[in-house]
Amino acid sequence: MTSIDTHHAAGTAAAPPAVAIWITSADHKQVGRLYAGTGLVGLLAGLVLAVLVAFERIDAEGYQLLDTDSATQVLAAARLLLTFGAVAPLLLGLAVAIVPLQLGARSLALPRLAAGGFWMWLTGLGLAVASIIANGGPGGGSSEMVDLYLLGTIVMSSGLLMTATSVATSVLTTRAPGMGLLRAPLFAWSALVGSVTMLLALPVFVGTSIYLWVDHKYARAAFGGNVGVSDWAGWALSQPFTYLLAIPALGMVLDIVPVMGRTSLAQRTGAYVALGIVSIATLATVTQTMVTLPWDGDSFFDNAGDKIADLLPWGLLTVIPLLGVLGVLGTSALTMKNGKPRVAAPLVFAMHGLLTIVLGVAAHILGSIDDAGVRGSIFEAGTYVAITFGSVTVAFGALCYWGPKLWGRRIPDKAALPLALLALLATALGSIPYMIAGFADQPAGALDGFAYDGPQELWNTLTTAGFALMLLTSLGFIALAAKSFTSGEAAGDDPWDGQTLEWATSSPPPADNFSDLAVVGSATPLLDLKSASNGKDA
Amino acid sequence: MLALPPAPTAPARRQVFVGTALAITAATTLLGGMLATWLQFRADAPLRESPRRGLIRDWMPEKIVVPEVATNMMLIGLCVVCIMAQWAVYSAKRADRTHAGLAFGLTALFGLMVVNAQVFTWTQMGVAANDGAFHTMFYAITGTMTLLLVVGIVFTAVAAFRFLGGRTKELEVVSASALYWYFLTAAFTAVWFVVYVQK
Repeated sequence: MTSIDTHHAAGTAAAPPAVAIWITSADHKQVGRLYAGTGLVGLLAGLVLAVLVAFERIDAEGYQLLDTDSATQVLAAARLLLTFGAVAPLLLGLAVAIVPLQLGARSLALPRLAAGGFWMWLTGLGLAVASIIANGGPGGGSSEMVDLYLLGTIVMSSGLLMTATSVATSVLTTRAPGMGLLRAPLFAWSALVGSVTMLLALPVFVGTSIYLWVDHKYARAAFGGNVGVSDWAGWALSQPFTYLLAIPALGMVLDIVPVMGRTSLAQRTGAYVALGIVSIATLATVTQTMVTLPWDGDSFFDNAGDKIADLLPWGLLTVIPLLGVLGVLGTSALTMKNGKPRVAAPLVFAMHGLLTIVLGVAAHILGSIDDAGVRGSIFEAGTYVAITFGSVTVAFGALCYWGPKLWGRRIPDKAALPLALLALLATALGSIPYMIAGFADQPAGALDGFAYDGPQELWNTLTTAGFALMLLTSLGFIALAAKSFTSGEAAGDDPWDGQTLEWATSSPPPADNFSDLAVVGSATPLLDLKSASNGKDA
Repeated sequence: MLALPPAPTAPARRQVFVGTALAITAATTLLGGMLATWLQFRADAPLRESPRRGLIRDWMPEKIVVPEVATNMMLIGLCVVCIMAQWAVYSAKRADRTHAGLAFGLTALFGLMVVNAQVFTWTQMGVAANDGAFHTMFYAITGTMTLLLVVGIVFTAVAAFRFLGGRTKELEVVSASALYWYFLTAAFTAVWFVVYVQK
C-alpha cells in the first residue's frame, strides 16, 4: 500500500528570523539580555544629557547650549533615563537572566509576563522620551506632549511591575528542592526584596501619574498643570526611591565578593537581614514624605518629648536603611579579610559601586537634617549621582561576573580593570563637588542665574568632568561587552570557581537551563560539592 | 563539570496563584495611594455650611448627587461575584464542568453588571471632567477601579476557557481568579466608602 506523508519533514521548516526570535522570545536569558542591552543604551543617552546639564551650570550668567524653556525638560529627561532607562532595566534585567539559574529552575515563573513587561517598559520609556523631545515632560510647553509623557510613565512603570512580579514569583516558587528562602543566593534574595519593594512603591507613582494625567488633560485644577508634574511625581526620580532600585545591586556584591575572595560569605544570615533592612526606605517612598530632623543646635535637648517624636520617624525611615547598606559593606569586608581576594574586574567594580552607594545613602541622611541647611540645594543631586552611578558600577561588575552565563564569554579582565578605576574617579567627581556646592547654597534644578561665595565654576567644572568620565567609562565598557558578545574564547562553565547553582550548567546555558534538577543542601551547593570532591581526592 | 545529586520531580508550586497575590499587592498600593491623595485633598478643602449636614468640607460640589442605589448595588454585586467565583473553585475541584461553567458565567455576568452600574453612575452624576479638582480625581479613581474590574472579567474568562477547554487538572488559575475577585470586593468597599459615602 502506498501512503503519502502530508507532514513537513523534521528540520525542513524554515527557522524564524533572528529579529522575530528576539521579539517573541519568553526565554528569561533572552529577556534579561534585552533589558540589560537597552539599559546600557539608556545609560549612554542619560549621561549625554547629564553632561549637557552639568556643562550649563559652569557659567551661571547665561545659557550656552540650552535655553530657559528647555532646561527643566533636559534635566527631567536625564533623570528619567538614568533612573528608569538605565538603573532599573540593568538591575532587573540581570535578575531576570540570572536568578532562575541561581535557583536551579528550568525557567522564570510567568515568563510571558516578564517578556511583555519588557516591551511595555520600552514602549512607555520611548513615549516619555519622545514627548520630552517634542516639548512635553515636566514643565513642557506642549499640552498634548505633557499628556503623552504622563501616559508614557504609566505604561513604563506598569511594564517594570509586570517583570518584578515575575521575578518575585520565581524566587518564591521555583527554588530547587532543598533550597529554603534562607538558602537562596544573596542576589536571588535581593531580587525578591527589590521586586517586592518595587511592587509596593511603584504603584503609588502610577496612581499619582494617573491623577496628573486626567487632571492635566481635562482641568488643570488640582495638581498645578505642567509645573506640578515634577512637584507630585518627582519623588520617583530622587532619594529614597533610588535606594529601592539599588537593592539588587547590593545582592550582586554579596554574591561576587565570596567567589572573588575564594571563601564563604561571612555572617550570611546578617547579610539577608541587612538587605531586608534597606527595604524599610519603602515606607518613606510610599508616603511621599521627606522625613527630616530639626536639629536646633545647642537647644536640641530643650524639648526632649518633641525631639523624640522627630527622631523616631527620621531614625526609622532614613537612618536604618543606612545600617542595612553598612551591614552589606561590613559583611563584604569581613569576607574579603577571611579569604584571599583576587584583583579581578567584577570585584573592583562591585566594591567601588558599593562604596559610592554607601556615600550616597549617608549623604542623604546628612541632607535630611534641617540644620545642615542643604534642603532645596544641589546637594540632593550629589546624593542622587552617588547612588545611581554606584548602582551602574555594580551592574558593570555583575556583567563581567555573569557574562559567561549571559553570552558564553568573559569580558577581558585587563581591559575592564582600568575602567573600574575610572568609574570610581567619575563618581567621586560627579557627586562630591555637588555636595560641597550644596553647602554653598547652589540651588537644585537651576542651570542659570545663581551666584554664591566660593569657586562655583570649579565645582561645576569638576562635576562636568565627572559626568564626562562616566560617559567615557560606559562607552568603553559597552565596547568591551559588545566585543566579548560577538567574539573571543569560550569562558567555560565555571570560570570563577563559583559557589551557586548557575555555575553548574553550561555557559551559556541551554534553553531549559539544567538537564537535571538538583537537590540542594546548603546556600553554597557547588562549594560543598567541590570541598567534598577535594576531600576525596586527598 | 561536577554534578549535584539529581532531585525527583518536584511538585509544581502555585506560580499563578503567588503571581496573582503579588499583583494584588501592587494593585492595593495603587488604590491605597490614590485614596490617600483623595483624602488629603478632601482634608485640605475649606469648610462650608450644608443645609442637611451642618459644617462640612467643601469637596464634592453641592449640586452633584450620588445615585446611591446604583453604588450600593455595585457593592452587593461584588459580594455576589465572590460567592460565584468560589462556587467555580468548588465545582472545578470536583471536576463538575456543568456547575463550573455556570459559576464562571455568573461571575463574569455580575462583574459586567458592576461595570454597567459604574457607567450608569457616571452618567447619572453628570460630573464634567473639566470642572475642578473633585471632578478629575473622581474620574481618575473610579476609572482605575473600573479598569481593575475589567481585568477581573478577562481573568475569569481566561480561567473559564482553560477549564472548560479541557485543562481540568489546572485549578490554580481558577482559584487565582477567585482571589482576585476577593481583592476587588475589598478594594471597591474602600473606594465606595471614601468616594460615595464619605464624599
